[in-house]
Amino acid sequence: MANELIDFTLVSIALLGIGIYGLAVKRNFIRMLFAIEIIINAANLNLVAFGRFIPDSGGQTLALFSIAIAAAEVAVGLSLIIVAYRMYQNIDIADFRSLKG
Amino acid sequence: MADIAFLALAVITIGSAIAALEMRSLIYGSIALMGSLGGIAGFFLLLDAPFVALFQLAVYVGSIAVLILFTVMLVKRELIFKKIEDKRRKFAGIGLMLLIMVSLGAIFIDSGIKTITTDEPPVDFRDIGTDFVTYYWPALILMGLILASTVTGALVLARRVDVEDGQRAN
Repeated sequence: MANELIDFTLVSIALLGIGIYGLAVKRNFIRMLFAIEIIINAANLNLVAFGRFIPDSGGQTLALFSIAIAAAEVAVGLSLIIVAYRMYQNIDIADFRSLKG
Repeated sequence: MADIAFLALAVITIGSAIAALEMRSLIYGSIALMGSLGGIAGFFLLLDAPFVALFQLAVYVGSIAVLILFTVMLVKRELIFKKIEDKRRKFAGIGLMLLIMVSLGAIFIDSGIKTITTDEPPVDFRDIGTDFVTYYWPALILMGLILASTVTGALVLARRVDVEDGQRAN
């Protein structure tokens, strides 16, 4: 196998950095969801890469679980976006203030 | 060293991840996100995990990206094209990103995993099935219940209570 573990890990770190940048900078709810997806995918890439190089089937099994749970998370996140958009007519998270004390 | 396929996939994945966050239009952004998720599926193929790669394609590129596209379509037109961010915060965010990348990258390059390579055969996907029905079966059942309850919860959340049944027909 030509590729080494460190290559996949570095790609995963780059994706994690981009995702954290998106979470920190963007105030658009949908863009923040994109950033969360990118971070989850970086984690999945790490799981499968380490599972390949050990080698152990646990990595792929955990990655499958993680993908399924991420799908559920996105469904709830998108429905929250729809509810918030209906209440505020906006997707800027700085406008969602009704929980502010 | 990495081969050509790996480098191409890395460029596609990271480039479209940046494009997903930085493109002006949310619609093009979600299409770029699809490209990034597809690139991850390519990485899974390179790692000899075709089952996970197909699962990724079916779940992420097939359903989640389409779900995001439909949600974007429900939002007002001017909000799709409006960028909401401050300049100062953006520079701080870029600094944070570079800090994370450089420090984590240095830690990992410095650590022992740099020399890890493998000549062993890849994991057979039958082993994953065996894992699911033997050691992980309670987790599998729990995951099914969680999926069902979250999808039901999402439907209940997104339901409009202000519209009566008679109005729905119109």
